[in-house]
Amino acid sequence: MRSLLRPLLTCVLALVLMPLAQAATQFLLNENCPPSFELMDDGSCELRNLYQFYDSLQDMGVGGTQTSLPAHRDGFTPKQIDLGRFLFFDPALSGDGSTSCASCHHPDKGFSDGRARSIGINGHEAERSAPTLWNVAFLKRLFWDARSGSLEEQAQGPLFHPHEMGNSEAQLRQTLNDNSTYRALFKQAFPDSNSSDVELPQLYSALTAFQTSLISLNSRYDRYAHGYHAALNQQEIEGMNVFRSFVARCAECHTPPLFTNQQIAVIGTPEPEGRALDIGAEVTFDVAKLKGGFKVPSLRNIAKTAPYMHSGRFETLRETVEFYTKGRGHAVPEGVDMHLHWHIWEPNLTDYELDRLVDFLGTLTDETFKPQIPQRVPSGLTPIDHLPQQGESS
Amino acid sequence: MNKGTVFALVIALAAFAGGMFVGKGGGDQAPVITDSGAGASYVAPAEDMSGELVLSGSNTNVAGSSAGFTEVVVEEGQSIQAAVTAASPRTIIRVMPGTYNETIYIDKDDIRLMGVIKESRRAILDGQGTMNDAILYSGNNIVIEGFVITKYKGNGIMGQAGNNFEIRNNIIVDTGVYGIFPQLGQNGIVELNVVSGIEDAAIYIGMSDNIHVAYNEVFDSVAGIEIENSRHSIVEGNYVYNNTGGILAFITPGLPIKTTYDVLIRNNWISGNNTKNFGAPGSTVGGIPAGTGIMVMAADDVVIENNIITNNKTVGILAVDHNTASQLTNITIDPESDPNSDGLKVLNNLMSNNGYDTVDELKAIMLTELKTGNPDIFAVGPSKDSCIINRHRYVTFGVDDFAECDFANTDTIGNYLLPQVAPRDRSTPEQRAKTTYMAICAGCHTYTGRMIGPPVKIIQALYMDNPQGIVDYITNPVKKREDYPEMPPQDYLDEETRMAVAKYMLGRTR
Repeated sequence: MRSLLRPLLTCVLALVLMPLAQAATQFLLNENCPPSFELMDDGSCELRNLYQFYDSLQDMGVGGTQTSLPAHRDGFTPKQIDLGRFLFFDPALSGDGSTSCASCHHPDKGFSDGRARSIGINGHEAERSAPTLWNVAFLKRLFWDARSGSLEEQAQGPLFHPHEMGNSEAQLRQTLNDNSTYRALFKQAFPDSNSSDVELPQLYSALTAFQTSLISLNSRYDRYAHGYHAALNQQEIEGMNVFRSFVARCAECHTPPLFTNQQIAVIGTPEPEGRALDIGAEVTFDVAKLKGGFKVPSLRNIAKTAPYMHSGRFETLRETVEFYTKGRGHAVPEGVDMHLHWHIWEPNLTDYELDRLVDFLGTLTDETFKPQIPQRVPSGLTPIDHLPQQGESS
Repeated sequence: MNKGTVFALVIALAAFAGGMFVGKGGGDQAPVITDSGAGASYVAPAEDMSGELVLSGSNTNVAGSSAGFTEVVVEEGQSIQAAVTAASPRTIIRVMPGTYNETIYIDKDDIRLMGVIKESRRAILDGQGTMNDAILYSGNNIVIEGFVITKYKGNGIMGQAGNNFEIRNNIIVDTGVYGIFPQLGQNGIVELNVVSGIEDAAIYIGMSDNIHVAYNEVFDSVAGIEIENSRHSIVEGNYVYNNTGGILAFITPGLPIKTTYDVLIRNNWISGNNTKNFGAPGSTVGGIPAGTGIMVMAADDVVIENNIITNNKTVGILAVDHNTASQLTNITIDPESDPNSDGLKVLNNLMSNNGYDTVDELKAIMLTELKTGNPDIFAVGPSKDSCIINRHRYVTFGVDDFAECDFANTDTIGNYLLPQVAPRDRSTPEQRAKTTYMAICAGCHTYTGRMIGPPVKIIQALYMDNPQGIVDYITNPVKKREDYPEMPPQDYLDEETRMAVAKYMLGRTR
């Protein structure tokens, strides 16, 4: 009796559970805003952070400990943000289905990829290092050479670059429209759209929505800044004081609270062995004095995004900070006329000070709002795919 | 051909090609004579600019009253930083005469660091040539008075975004890059300091608003006083001598705040600033020719009035645009900055014996007009809406197209300081609670769903009518649930915020 009943029960249970299991595998877009966002009456998500208690000179978002942040992007709906998350992790966005945004901007690698230069489809190596996406909502310009003014525009760079995601507008549009799940999800996220098809601007918008939700503002440094001075230990405070001193001058360009002033700086870092000089922002602005200039990156979560600089020349933060004390222009190739930034000088930092700088940079880490990697994506492909391998970084 | 000659040629050619840089000769018309006492007064143009508050007050006590402050005394042999670290906001720290070897940082509001001066013995901050900066502050309402600061590698006194500061009565000798450098702050006064032997600017106001620099003695430095990417500032009554350049009003390209305007330079003594430039290679001031009295670069609405400007060998007053400067010096180009010095207003000044040994670059520009002589006032590059009075008194270049000013003095403007700026944190406890909940709590707790921590609904059931219970728990959490990770302590939030956020959490309905 018993032995008969058991398989029967199991069978009944399975029948009862099946619809549930099926429901769970459908793609539901989140109706709540991500952490650090408030759901407004109009259905959009607005950023909330403790720096909103402060102001800043000329509202530029640069200053000291208690200064407001620069202007930011927000106002997307929870569904747009969540759709962006599925898209971000879906390799279907690449030309051959091998590579997703997350392949080079992986949440477990500081939204970078641990490589000196990223690897795109077919093993192609990109020209530069993948920048982190943490706090990208605050950036006025995108790409190392500042050539893009919005995340929507920026997204089209890697999507259609033959060495990165290698897709074409036509193919991408077709991939999304051929997928009934995506059609439904885009409809949910963009209910006011006039088109019955998925349009590429909606894709760019959803990707922007997701990326602007990546907020990292609750590091130990932030606790110090808001007034809890026990958040940093003595060595870290020493490092902070070196960082903002006018000897090291780090804070002059990596200005709090975002730890970048969002300007172009020509600092003359070396390229990896055997690579030609990258002239950077000279091309963007067509100004010779900007030869070798790059956007000053934010240092938030910097400990998570080795290797460093635009082409990943430095493996460690210690090597990176040491660059600044090895002499103005020491790595500029012979015969190149480079107009180095005035803050690049010879600060003669001691080994002790360099170590403390690294200690301090470690206090800028905060990944508490790391988003979940979806277990499945609408294309049915393996989320992310093309994972960078451990120890494959150079 | 040396570098200077090449530059001179480039400039001369550019000037010829441009044709408009140097105004046409004045000729023999009878001079317009304006009596500075009888004319109208200057009205600052800035009142309609982006709602910035500009006052014409006489207040110089911008840090507020110190009534009710706690006082502590630091004796020689004790640590000033230890006193700062231990201090609550609203503390006066009196530092007794003696020598102190330390870097002091102040990341809290309402701290007054007062050096006690006894029979002319002062508290001396000595960086021994190895320490970085003497005093760093980011707090509001900071007062620093009465110190001697010497032998630091970086700055003497450096502010990062502190508002309402008073830096007064300090002697800063031979100490690195900047003597006094408030940056990114609003409403501050730098007065009655003596600063010398600085390899960049002795007093450097960087990216700041509403600043008053008065009655300082600055000498033997590369730049005496520099107002950079700043607005609504007055430089008055200073004694500025033996520097490379005396007083500068600049827009430096490549900084996040892109303007300088409404700067009054008046009643200063600017004399013999002929020291060879010893600025660091690549520094902005490294390109200033020795012998420059006042230099305006790309700044707008600079008023120059009632200064004694004598014995500056290159030029008394030099106004230049970015495009010219970038050919001569390290200055880069910033597409987001207006490159020209517009709205320059030169009122009466005593100018004598300037430009007697001027540089090739200026000579070359003069040659394009077939002019010679020792320039008192020299304007190069476009400069619209500029004016001057009594121009016949000076040897001038490039100002012939300037209008006659329709005012003759700035007597109605006392200073540009504000009544104390409102506290930096303007939020109510309710706003604090909500923002803190959204910015921190919601990272781990949702209303009904399981996240890193248990749902808010369950917490509400546990702590109904007991916000103190939540405060106690989040201050010192213990692991309660097998299936959830332990909560990190939230003791970095102040008591009031913890209580407010606890109440907010109990009141949530979604």
